[in-house]
Amino acid sequence: MKVKEIVRILDARILCGEDMQEYTVEKAFASDLMSDVLMLADDNVLLITGLVNMQTIRTAEMSDILCVVLARNKKASREMIDLARDGGIILIECRYSVYQTCGLLYREGLKPIF
Amino acid sequence: MRIVVPGRVETHILSGMTERMHFEHNIVGGDFTRAGYASSQVKKALKTLDVDMAIIKRTVVATYEAEVNVVAHACNGMMIVDIDGSTIQVVIQDEGPGIEDVEQAMVEGFSTASSEVREMGFGAGMGLSNMKKNADSLHIESEPGKGTKVEILMALDGREEVRSKK
Ligand SMILES: Nc1ncnc2c1ncn2[C@@H]1O[C@H](COP(=O)(O)OP(=O)(O)OP(=O)(O)O)[C@@H](O)[C@H]1O
Ligand SMILES: [Mg+2]
Repeated sequence: MKVKEIVRILDARILCGEDMQEYTVEKAFASDLMSDVLMLADDNVLLITGLVNMQTIRTAEMSDILCVVLARNKKASREMIDLARDGGIILIECRYSVYQTCGLLYREGLKPIF
Repeated sequence: MRIVVPGRVETHILSGMTERMHFEHNIVGGDFTRAGYASSQVKKALKTLDVDMAIIKRTVVATYEAEVNVVAHACNGMMIVDIDGSTIQVVIQDEGPGIEDVEQAMVEGFSTASSEVREMGFGAGMGLSNMKKNADSLHIESEPGKGTKVEILMALDGREEVRSKK
């Protein structure tokens, strides 16, 4: 699923990486536990999370996750956005809960990792 | 007489570099806003050296887990990185409380993380086993009351070589 479709489905806001909206994620994973995210071996994963801090971005950077959706209407800080931009990560904010975010994307065909 | 060692040529092509690289970064215990900075520098360096993406990911996931452990459980840390044509060696050492029983700490799910650490998204007790999964070779030395030293070794030319070298 392309990033631009994710943005449309979630009626979301792109904070950085607007120019990478053609990027395609293959699967999605939702977690607030970065320990779990770091154990994923898959590529082209979308991360959906309600944890909004610097470690969210750092974890995505180390795991080669290029697109992160911040759910629960949480706002990213300036530092988070700068770090994401620096790491080539597309950062998206959306107002839905994690459950609703996952449900909407799943219904449109985005598959889970497991 | 010339002895041709299989795999050697591939080593040179893959590494594509002859110069060595050495750098060091401080890791401040308790400072979660900066946790990951050192690993991020490692990632950038490996990218400029054109290291295989899969190897970069395994390397930085392992170093990041170790870096976060210093921030979460210890203090006065240091990451020391040495890269040559065939291996990446990363040492993460700290002057924290040390680990009483390393074998027990390695068990998935074992964690002494504080509630603050858990609120940051860590503390599942998975870090050490994930480091072992991703590193080609992992060596942990720890002395209670003194500190911990973690050594991560990665082969640039395939996992087996570094394992048998050890
Ligand atoms: N550098 C260190 N100094 C002191 N204790 C440590 C250090 N690294 C690990 N430990 C101890 O080993 C335990 C297990 O570490 P591990 O990284 O596997 O899990 P965690 O850090 O608790 O959680 P996670 O890594 O899943 O976020 C820790 O809870 C801590 O007690
Ligand atoms: Mg850990």
